[in-house]
Amino acid sequence: MNYTLQFGQVLPYLGYLVGGALLSLQIAFLAFCGGLVIGTGGAAIRVFGPWPLRRLVDVYVGFFVNTPQLVQIYFLYFALPDAGVLLSSYQAVLIGMTLNAGAYLTEIQRAGFLSRRQTEMEAAEVLGFSRWQQIRHVILPHIARVLFPPLANQYILMTLGTSMAAVFGVEELTGRAFNINAQTFRSIEIFSLTAVLYVAITFAATIILALLGRFAFRVKMRIV
Amino acid sequence: MWDHLVAEAPRFFTYWNLRFFVLAGLTTVALSFTGCILGGIAGLALGTVRLTRSKPLSPVRVIAILYTEIFRRVPFLVTLMLVFFAFQLSGVELPLFAIGAISVFLIASAFLAEIIRGGMLAVHRNQWDAAETMNFTLIQALRHVVLPQAWRIILPPAFGFFVLFIKDTALASQIGVVELTYAGKVLNNRGFSATLSFGTILVFYFIISYPLTRLGAYLEARLASTRNPRA
Amino acid sequence: MHQLEIRGLKAAYGNLTVLDGITLAVERGEIIGLIGPSGSGKSTLLRALVGLLPPGDGEVVLDGKPVFYRNSGQLRQVRDRLAIVFQQFNLFQNMTVLENVTITPVKIKGRPRAAVEAEAKDLLAKVGLANKLAAYPDELSGGQQQRVAIARALALKPDILLLDEVTASLDPELVSEVLDTIRLLAADGMTMLIVSHEMGFIRELSSRVVFMAGGKVVEIGAPKQIFDAPREVRTREFVSKILRH
Repeated sequence: MNYTLQFGQVLPYLGYLVGGALLSLQIAFLAFCGGLVIGTGGAAIRVFGPWPLRRLVDVYVGFFVNTPQLVQIYFLYFALPDAGVLLSSYQAVLIGMTLNAGAYLTEIQRAGFLSRRQTEMEAAEVLGFSRWQQIRHVILPHIARVLFPPLANQYILMTLGTSMAAVFGVEELTGRAFNINAQTFRSIEIFSLTAVLYVAITFAATIILALLGRFAFRVKMRIV
Repeated sequence: MWDHLVAEAPRFFTYWNLRFFVLAGLTTVALSFTGCILGGIAGLALGTVRLTRSKPLSPVRVIAILYTEIFRRVPFLVTLMLVFFAFQLSGVELPLFAIGAISVFLIASAFLAEIIRGGMLAVHRNQWDAAETMNFTLIQALRHVVLPQAWRIILPPAFGFFVLFIKDTALASQIGVVELTYAGKVLNNRGFSATLSFGTILVFYFIISYPLTRLGAYLEARLASTRNPRA
Repeated sequence: MHQLEIRGLKAAYGNLTVLDGITLAVERGEIIGLIGPSGSGKSTLLRALVGLLPPGDGEVVLDGKPVFYRNSGQLRQVRDRLAIVFQQFNLFQNMTVLENVTITPVKIKGRPRAAVEAEAKDLLAKVGLANKLAAYPDELSGGQQQRVAIARALALKPDILLLDEVTASLDPELVSEVLDTIRLLAADGMTMLIVSHEMGFIRELSSRVVFMAGGKVVEIGAPKQIFDAPREVRTREFVSKILRH
């Protein structure tokens, strides 16, 4: 093997890569928020809505959960222009990830809604809580606590999922790694460094979310 | 737009194109399957290492922990690139499918190690203690007592991971493995519309993933109901 | 020479001291009843003796030879000589009754299967379960499972049998069948350390009773003395509370 590792050539690009990591986090955050809104609506329909709407949500979820996010974005970016809708690569990635997240979050939140406990609600009712008070003081805190770990986990997965944006030229972390690779050809060093950065940002995100869970929601979560 | 699609369809849905898709679909499943089976074996080894307690083995334990924590936190595309370039630069010639499978293996082994370890630890503490006080070695305890009981807890999430990863194999198209996504790109490059090309492979992915997901749910229900852990 | 001698044994789970200097000598054929409130360290003592707890200060001497629990060879030897039965989940759920009893002698100790099976069938007949050889643990009642667990421990031919609250998880009507089994073993002269809440049984069977509290031995004496005329204040308090009903 006639390839010697030369990290020195790659380290100067660290700042550039970190900038990419920030973009990755931004995309994941925006897609997660959008997905959360879709998910809440979808879950509400699935649990409380009329039969035809429920089937519609099922189809949406079934489609997005059983197909790869990469191909969904390919479709948005390359196929929509046939119908006259032109999306930039950033837009295609964001919309694709949001729709994808919406499907998974619908399922997660549906489980959360279903976990509301009849006995808790009855106890609150007997104590004189109004419907609204029941929801606010008893059901929502419980559901929030149940939902926090899977939602946090989904967010971490999405942060890793932003990596495929590189395929479309978006300059998030992996995309920038591709750029540097094209310039310096120090592939192993670049992608190792990229891997380290992903591990770092997911650990950081896990710790922040665990702390958030512990203090805001009183949910205990493992970090490792 | 619809008129174009309808006009295109007969040229698109030919025997050869469909055959191409089916073979690519088989490649897709094979990629995930191979990586997961090998990953399962490695995951068992990793999980077992993490259960040892002797001092001399602590460096091995640390490596196992680092490995599982790292490869669960690196995106598949990055792992793929690392494996691809590692082989390319080392001069070893390996078919692209093998490179893809190795990448799947690396990630699958980390995730399956956690699933397997979780299943083993779910076996009641006294079962472990009874084996230990009767002088079973760790391997004997795993083989005779723990794994025969743990496999029921392990199989559903492990199968679920395999089904999940079928979708991640789409990224192997980036290094040129002829799986479903690559097949879609090929047909798109040949001049067919992106709508038909990528739309069709979306349907193919659905056809593969949905029944397998239902199978997984069925497995989970069956294994949970028969809670008599006969070997 | 005492069969088993424990001198100043200490053990801790992290910062929590669970055994705080246990001293006890056991003669061959003795039956030691260990009683005391929850958390007093009775079960912990048994677990420490079979090496399930990381050892702390103090000494354990078996037949005149001190046991160094950190040495894996000595640990194997002490586990060959001491057998323990837990409160529940003793039996390997994935094996039949016969397999449970024979697996250790055959697969771990390497003894010939035919001889081991013959012995196992005798032991299972002795505990009254000769007709359940092919049954799985989940097909047995709690009392039956515990009796098999005792047979399994006996199949190891131990010098000392440790019984850790073996009837505590059983429905009341199943307790006596297990106690009867233990009475049989006592008649055979097996050295036993029994942790139990069944005070009547402890009083009837034990050669000596040890009252523990807070990880320490508070009082040791003949059953009549401990239950009828305890010397220590704490012993008196405990005994008066439990004998109230």
